[in-house]
Amino acid sequence: MISPHGMTIIVKKICQFIAPTIFLFGIYISVYGHLSPGGGFAGGVIMASAFILQILSDGSLLEKLKSERWRLELSESLSIFSFLILAVLGLLLAGTAVFFGNFLPPGKLGQLISGGFIPIGNLIIGIEVCASMTLIFVALIIFKDEESE
Amino acid sequence: MEIYLVIMLVLMILGSINSLHAKDLMSAVISLGIVGFGLVISFLLLYAPDLAIVQVVIEIITLTTTIAVIVSATYELEKKKIGYSSGFYAGTILIFTVIILMVVSRFTNILSYFGQHVMRMADIYIKSAPESGSANLVTGIVLHFRAYDTLGEATVLVTAVIGVLTILRHSGKKKDN
Amino acid sequence: MILFVLCFVLFMIGLYGVILQRNLIKIIIGLAIMEYSVYLFLILIGYVKGGTVPIISDFFENGPFVDPLPQALVLTAIVIGLATKALLLSVAIRLYKHYGTFDIRKMNNLKG
Repeated sequence: MISPHGMTIIVKKICQFIAPTIFLFGIYISVYGHLSPGGGFAGGVIMASAFILQILSDGSLLEKLKSERWRLELSESLSIFSFLILAVLGLLLAGTAVFFGNFLPPGKLGQLISGGFIPIGNLIIGIEVCASMTLIFVALIIFKDEESE
Repeated sequence: MEIYLVIMLVLMILGSINSLHAKDLMSAVISLGIVGFGLVISFLLLYAPDLAIVQVVIEIITLTTTIAVIVSATYELEKKKIGYSSGFYAGTILIFTVIILMVVSRFTNILSYFGQHVMRMADIYIKSAPESGSANLVTGIVLHFRAYDTLGEATVLVTAVIGVLTILRHSGKKKDN
Repeated sequence: MILFVLCFVLFMIGLYGVILQRNLIKIIIGLAIMEYSVYLFLILIGYVKGGTVPIISDFFENGPFVDPLPQALVLTAIVIGLATKALLLSVAIRLYKHYGTFDIRKMNNLKG
């Protein structure tokens, strides 16, 4: 079903326009997670769906992701590592000295830059979920292609 | 509002029965979509928009993955019906009905009525929301009050991905040399 | 009360699929149905009559909120559910490649 040439040129071009928009929407959902419905999990899954749309429509991205799968694995590992670093920083810097203590100022309720490290944590969780979902999909597609050959 | 939830749940039950008794795998997987999208509408009716966003995208990804990877590669029909006799089915349904009635008769005393929730724990979270600085209380709980849970969840996700990569790895390649 | 009973009926249908079906994909579908019923049950417990969405805003009245704690727990559980479902599917297609079928009666390599 997924050939290296992909689908027809109409589907390819339309998906090239739509997929970055979906990706941008995922980042928006992640960053504004402390003000509106959404958050890191929803944003990460939406970003992964942009990748999956590109993979299914265009064959060239799949070839690139096959050879450079370590990028996805690296971003996943780095994001969970930075989440751990955030926790330890809360232990060191916060006044209450607890794991995941909020060491940044809480700010005014309802503004974009508020809530201490909550937007940063949302972005990190979004990257982690996006990398995981894309990696699972790429692994399944690669296995299916090698089996059918 | 309760009547809409009842309608959605009845639809979900019908969809799940259809999904388990479908002839081929394609219609079984698509009928599972009835249950998932019914769940999305139920979340919206119960004032949980965060969950609705996550569930609708997850459902689309699950359907796409299952159809693109599993069903298209391994198409097979169930040639004959499942070999149990009809008496076996009747006995199973009888046993399940008895279990349902027993559980219902036990839980009538324990569970409170629908909508009469006594908020003991959540009251503290709602009152101390300005301390966390997050207007969305769900995000405040996920990343401030219970961030340790989220760390564990991320670990479980990484473990599942490593498991998928390990199972699907080509292990027999070195035998050819 | 009828909502809790219907939720439990959905759970029992999933259990029926896991126990009695012989196709591996159907068994995974049964597990997914059980998962969905548990999510719905947790959210139903947290509902408050007359409550609103748990978001503090200047433009709306900040009346009684529905319980945000089960929502936060189910939010993480949904994403984990997708990952474990993918793990089960990968096991299923590994077995399909080895045996050529999804029927669990024919997978008899370990039978005594």
